[in-house]
Amino acid sequence: MPYLPGMRRREFLIGGTALGSAMLAGAPALAQTVTLPFANGTRPVAAYPQKRPLIVMTTRPVQLETPMSIFNEGAFTPNDAFFVLWHLAGVPTDIDVNAFRISVHGLVSTPLQVSVADLKSSYDAIEVAAVCECSGNSRGFFNPRVPGGQWGNGAMGNALWKGVRLRDILTKAGIATGAVQVRFNGVDQPVLPATPDFMKSLDMDLAMSDNVIIAYSMNGADLPVLNGYPVRLIVPGYFATYWVKMLNDVEVLSEPDQNFWMKTAYRIPADPCGCQQPGSTVKTIPINRLTVRSFITSVTDGARVRAGALTVSGIAFDSGYGIQSVLFSSDGGTHWTPATLGKDYGKYSFRPWQARFTPQAGRQYTLASLAMNTIGEAQRLDNPVWNPGGYLRNTVETVRVSAS
Amino acid sequence: MKKSIVLGLLAFASVALAGIAVTRADPASSITLPPPNMMLKDGPNAALAQAKCVICHSADYIYIQPPLTKAQWTAEVTKMQKTYGAPIADADIPPLVDYLMSQNGKQS
Repeated sequence: MPYLPGMRRREFLIGGTALGSAMLAGAPALAQTVTLPFANGTRPVAAYPQKRPLIVMTTRPVQLETPMSIFNEGAFTPNDAFFVLWHLAGVPTDIDVNAFRISVHGLVSTPLQVSVADLKSSYDAIEVAAVCECSGNSRGFFNPRVPGGQWGNGAMGNALWKGVRLRDILTKAGIATGAVQVRFNGVDQPVLPATPDFMKSLDMDLAMSDNVIIAYSMNGADLPVLNGYPVRLIVPGYFATYWVKMLNDVEVLSEPDQNFWMKTAYRIPADPCGCQQPGSTVKTIPINRLTVRSFITSVTDGARVRAGALTVSGIAFDSGYGIQSVLFSSDGGTHWTPATLGKDYGKYSFRPWQARFTPQAGRQYTLASLAMNTIGEAQRLDNPVWNPGGYLRNTVETVRVSAS
Repeated sequence: MKKSIVLGLLAFASVALAGIAVTRADPASSITLPPPNMMLKDGPNAALAQAKCVICHSADYIYIQPPLTKAQWTAEVTKMQKTYGAPIADADIPPLVDYLMSQNGKQS
């Protein structure tokens, strides 16, 4: 997007270049690595603009993973630690927020050009705490392995999103009869014209539901550019593929969307498990709701802990039915005890939990947590979900510790 | 005396910083990304791979994958050609697959 006036752009670019060079000169940040526990899992750790040092999966387009230790800082994931995923390398890095418009068009009676100022002044503001989880979160743990973004468990985050109900904007535009879906497109572009532009669609009833919002604020601040500044779609309970970043185009459709990112990509097996056998072919549907998951965040795999009473903390979440209970095990899942749930920030949020046990010196423990939601959906204890997209993992995760 | 000089300098610095801030655009809206990793490692047909593979994405997309079989790498290259529209001729596919197998392949 053009920068105006020209002098400002020039000044900023000079400053930006100097900053970039300084970051490179400060090589220690780039020299650090972490190794995720699967083949080819070694990654640089580096601080990108508006971000603290994160796990760098790819550099163009940029994809950054949140280290698990961040999730122990609180139920909300700080903006500067929130994971980053772009599909296409044409990611704008200069956004003129005053010129930015969301075009609302298609099967509507009054097409709209909505500015960010309009969003803030002309519509009711809504806040929702919601987990944003990449469809491919934990893909690196699939066995057999599958191609794609090789994430550990950190392609997720929880934020307090503030914005405007999509429904209010669509209602203002006036939905014509025959509308079946709403399609969302962002400013990002493919490098080649032949590459399908990244667009996602929601069915009409979901698009018009209470909690789907166009957010201009994340944890009380502007969204980082890499998380979609100035606005992104928030679809609580649904995988992040629908949370279109730098959203500037909303189109009401009369037919189900046939674009590549809906019809071919981001598909899961149609059966309720989302499972299939390697090498088999099954009927598929677009990926949709989050699975139930929980993680231990206060200790890392391989950690040494002190003998004596220990509090283990973690997080749990589901697709919005709400977490009913979390069970904790210190013996790899043979025996379970109820964990204590922490503050409830809303049914789409991370739910903190804590459990206590007493490790004895010289012994090793395999810690595990198992969450269940209010409709009885639980994490899988064994027989992990497998599908060729590497989606929907929700196996009980374990953390091995030794006490001394 | 020294204290007041320091305070004075701080005040001057604050004014100077504020001055810079107003001449720049909203800092929330502009970033400069570090340079991406665009160089492939050496190997058979590396020049061809360098010409084709990093048009749309950085080199790290290859090395983060689990080791893939020849059939899997062939499927990936074909996807780049057919689905994403990369300018890859059919005749380029076998040498590109050979390169990828040399970098991150497995036999079965």
